[in-house]
Amino acid sequence: MERLLKDEAEIRALGLALAAKARPGTVIALIGDLGTGKTTLAKAIAEGLGVTESVTSPTFAIIKEYASGRLPFHHFDAYRLGSPEEMYALGFEEYFCGDGVTVVEWANLVEEFLPKDAMVIDIAYGQNAGERRVRVKGIGDADASV
Amino acid sequence: MKNRRLLTLAIETSCDETAAAVLRGGRTALSNVISSQIDVHRAFGGVVPEIASRCHLERINAVVDRALADAGIGFGDVDLIGVTQGPGLVGALLIGLATAKAYALALGKPIVGVHHIKAHICAAYIEHASLEPPFLALVVSGGHTSLVRAIGRNAYEVLGRTRDDAAGEAFDKVARALGLPYPGGPAIDRAARGGDPGAVAFKRALLGKAGLEFSFSGVKTGVLNHLNAERQAGRSVNVANIAASFRQSVVDVLVAKTMLAAETHGETRVVMAGGVAANSLLRASMDEACRKRGLRLYVPSPALCTDNAVMVGAAAHFKYEEEGADGLDLDAFPNSEL
Repeated sequence: MERLLKDEAEIRALGLALAAKARPGTVIALIGDLGTGKTTLAKAIAEGLGVTESVTSPTFAIIKEYASGRLPFHHFDAYRLGSPEEMYALGFEEYFCGDGVTVVEWANLVEEFLPKDAMVIDIAYGQNAGERRVRVKGIGDADASV
Repeated sequence: MKNRRLLTLAIETSCDETAAAVLRGGRTALSNVISSQIDVHRAFGGVVPEIASRCHLERINAVVDRALADAGIGFGDVDLIGVTQGPGLVGALLIGLATAKAYALALGKPIVGVHHIKAHICAAYIEHASLEPPFLALVVSGGHTSLVRAIGRNAYEVLGRTRDDAAGEAFDKVARALGLPYPGGPAIDRAARGGDPGAVAFKRALLGKAGLEFSFSGVKTGVLNHLNAERQAGRSVNVANIAASFRQSVVDVLVAKTMLAAETHGETRVVMAGGVAANSLLRASMDEACRKRGLRLYVPSPALCTDNAVMVGAAAHFKYEEEGADGLDLDAFPNSEL
């Protein structure tokens, strides 16, 4: 499924819709260049889950965890990982296979570690400023309506 | 007073730097040893956590030995051990914590875990003997952008922080997009020389509003949108102009919000700390803004702005005076809020 999102408000709407569909163990993999809106989308997913804490860029800390929503929210950022193997050192299985919702930014850098049923969201710049082309892959049946 | 002679051994390993220092009385640095990992990380355009942990482990004991030797003391002279507890990279933090705990246990001395942001603020106490709270502090680095009121030496109130990216993170990411090296702050400083800061009008996020929060994701995206548009139009990119314009927009926001916070809370003293406080334009602009309003600005020298253990020792000393020691079950808090 490919969609053109006009602005940040539409990215946020997508995030809220994803959050409404999320179940324990849902992994959402975000792929896209710097500035395409990965953190904006992740923040909207957190908002949709009812996370009340301020969700900020996880680039510095690699993983941030939030417990205030209807499900635990794990926010990963692979941007600064030197090699995919470092995912082991971070204990990624505990997040991906746990009872929370995990969003992975720069997921293309750690592709082989993503679970098979992960939802992969590819964001690219559109023609006009602010516009984004969004492709959603690997959606299970329950998520088809997103 | 006994505490005025208290010798603190401090350890900092939250990110790039393996650092140790010895302080007397919490405000006098007897040694300051930093073994930077930046060269190792430059090849990757950022800090790589597993490499960070490994480098810390290889260097920490030598760095501590050197800090004691430079201070002219031995392990037996140490009265207190201070260590950064968070926030930071968990693997890196754990190396510092485990080392500090081992020394505390072996020497039978108290240990105190400190918050990295508080430590950055405490850096200002070292070179400014007359500085006492209350004051306003802007902590601006690769991982943090926060406006904090220091109510006491160990009591703080957060007034605002970034909603998305830290200012230093925006510098790093924009530098990468412009093909400039890591760390992005100094690289953009150099690239901006001769550039026109008014060439591109990047967004000044949250300016004009009463809030004290920051947002730097928008200006980062603004630069990337601009680069995209220029490339699509087949125009060559003027790196100096973009670097200068980007830097100006970040600095404008940091200065404006700090002035707003000082006015709102009636603070007359401003401390600026963290790695980005070493940025030349930010220092000059903050200095000018403070002078215009009759505020007194305290900025640690660059070596105490970037991550170091002296600031950790100061924060540990002040926390120990007010709260006493922590237990040996002290744990790392990668995401801890102030």
